[in-house]
Amino acid sequence: MQRPDALLEVHGLTKRFGGIVASDELSLAVPEGEIHAVIGPNGAGKTTLIAQLAGEIRPDAGTIRFAGADLTHLPMAARARRGLARSFQITSIFRGFTALDNVAMAIQAHDGHSFRFWARARSDPRLREPARAILAEVGLDGRADMIAANLSHGEQRQLEIAMALATRPRLLLLDEPMAGMGREESARMVELLRRLKGRETILIIEHDMDVVFALADRITVLVYGRAIATGRPDEIRANAEVRQAYLGEDDHA
Amino acid sequence: MAALDRRHVFVVTLLALFALLPIAAQLADQPFYIGQFRRILIFAIAAISLDLILGYGGMVSLGHAAFFGIGAYVVGILNHHAAEETLFLGLLPGSRNVLITWPLAMLVAAASAGLIGLVSLRTSGIYFIMITLAFAQMVYFFFVSLSAYGGDDGLRFPGDTVIAGLIDTQDDIAFYYAVFAVLAGVLYLCQRMIESRFGLVIQGCRENERRMQAIGFPTFRYRLACFTIAGGIAGLAGALFAAHESYISPSIMHWTRSGDLIVMVVMGGMGSLIGPVVGATVFLLMEKLLPDYTEHWPVVFGPVLLLIVLFAKRGIFGWLRPREHRRAAP
Repeated sequence: MQRPDALLEVHGLTKRFGGIVASDELSLAVPEGEIHAVIGPNGAGKTTLIAQLAGEIRPDAGTIRFAGADLTHLPMAARARRGLARSFQITSIFRGFTALDNVAMAIQAHDGHSFRFWARARSDPRLREPARAILAEVGLDGRADMIAANLSHGEQRQLEIAMALATRPRLLLLDEPMAGMGREESARMVELLRRLKGRETILIIEHDMDVVFALADRITVLVYGRAIATGRPDEIRANAEVRQAYLGEDDHA
Repeated sequence: MAALDRRHVFVVTLLALFALLPIAAQLADQPFYIGQFRRILIFAIAAISLDLILGYGGMVSLGHAAFFGIGAYVVGILNHHAAEETLFLGLLPGSRNVLITWPLAMLVAAASAGLIGLVSLRTSGIYFIMITLAFAQMVYFFFVSLSAYGGDDGLRFPGDTVIAGLIDTQDDIAFYYAVFAVLAGVLYLCQRMIESRFGLVIQGCRENERRMQAIGFPTFRYRLACFTIAGGIAGLAGALFAAHESYISPSIMHWTRSGDLIVMVVMGGMGSLIGPVVGATVFLLMEKLLPDYTEHWPVVFGPVLLLIVLFAKRGIFGWLRPREHRRAAP
C-alpha cells in the first residue's frame, strides 16, 4: 500500500483517548492529483485522523510523511505553510471579517512574514486580487464585502473551502464539507469539488455515499480507528468485509 | 464609507477640543484644568495601548498598569540619580533629558512586557487574566520593597525636565502640548498598525486563533509582538506621568489601576483606539467631579458604568456609530 510517489504517506498512526482507540495502526497513502475519501461510521476516528494530519493532535505512535518530509512533530502552522490546508467539520471562519478579508487573510499567510506595520493591508492588490479570484472560483463573488457571520450556512462552508484554496495547498483536507447543508447547497458544493478534481489533491471525509462514490479515486474505510479496506470505489463496493461492517444493506452496496 | 467619514469627523473634533483646551482654560482663568486634562491625555495613551491587546488582540490583561509603572519608574529613577549626581547600580549616570529617559522607559517597559508575555501568552481565557495579574503584583511588590527609591512611600524628584531644550515640563501649557503631540502620534501610528498586515493578523487571532494556525500563521509570535508593543506604549505613558507628577510610587501600578484602564477601554469602546480616549476622559472626569457633589460618589459612578456597558455594548464611541458598519472593509 505504501507507494514511493505518494504525496502523503501515513504509517502506523496510533492515537488512544483513555480506553478508546481512535487511530489503530492506521496507514494510508495519497498520490498527487487523487481524491482520497475516508468513510466510516460515527466514532470511527475520521476527524481524529484529520486532526493528526493537520497537526492539532499528536499521535501516540506512527509517522506522517508529506512531500518526502517527516511532518510528525511539526506544529499546525508549519504544516500549513508546507501545503497542508484544512477545512473544518464545524465551520471555522473569521466571523467578524468580510468574506474577502477571510480569503485575503489566507493569502497573506503564504505571502512572507506579517511583521509589516505600515502599509494598509486592505488596499494591497497582492492580497485582494487573488482573494477576489478565489471567491469567484467558489461562487461567492457577489458576497465579497459581506460580513462572514451574515452569510448563509452553505456560503460559510464555501468560504471555508475558499480559505483552504487560498493557501495554494498541495493537499486539501476536507472534513465533511457538506455537513448541515440543504439539498441545493450540497449540489453546489459537489459541483465545486468536481471542478477541483484532477487539479487538487484531496483527502475528504464525507457521509454522503453518492458523493463519495462519484468523486473519489480511492476510498479508505475506517472502523474503530482501523483501516479495514482501501481501494477504488468498485473494489470497495464489492468488498465483503466492508459491506458487512459498514455499508450493510445499503442500496449502494 | 459614511461610517468612516463620521469616525474621522469625530476623531478630528475630539482632538481639536483637546488642542483648544489650554486656551479655553486660560480665558476662563482656570489654569488648573490644564494639568487635569494633561493627566487625562496621559491615561488616554495608556488606554490606547491596552486597546491594542484587549480590543484588537482579544487578550484580557489585568496587569497593564505594571508597564505604565515601569515606564514611570525608569524616568523617576534616572531623574533621581541626575539630581543626586549618583550612579544607578553604581554603573549608569542619571539623566534629565527626555530624549534619553522616555525612549528608555519605553524600551524597559516593552522588554518587561516581552518577558511577561512569553510566559502569559501560553495560557488563555481566565488563566491569562490571572497570570497577568500575578506578574503585575510581583512587579508591584518589587517596587514596594525597593527602599532605595522610596519603597511604599514613593520617590519625589526635581521636576525640571526639559524636552530637547525646547519645552520645559514645568511650563504647564508647553508640556500639555507635548503630551497632546505624543497622544496624536500614538493614535496615528496605532491606526496604521491596525490596518497593516500585522494588525489584521492580530485581529484574526482574536476572531479565531485556531483558524489562523490552520492557514499557516505561527500566531504566538504575533501576539507576543503585539503584547510587547502595547507594553512599550504603556511605558511611554508612564514616563509622561512621572514627568507630570514629579513623583512616582508603587500605587500607580496597583492592580486596581489595571482595572481602571480596562474600564476606560470598555466604557469608551473596545477596538476603536479613539474609544479609549473618550473612556479615559469620562472616567477621570467623573472620578474628579463626582466627589464635589457627594462623598458617596462611587454609588453614582458604579451604576453609570453599568448603564454604559448595558446600553452601549461597544462603548460610548461604538454608540455613536451605526451598528452595521462595524469593522466592514472600506
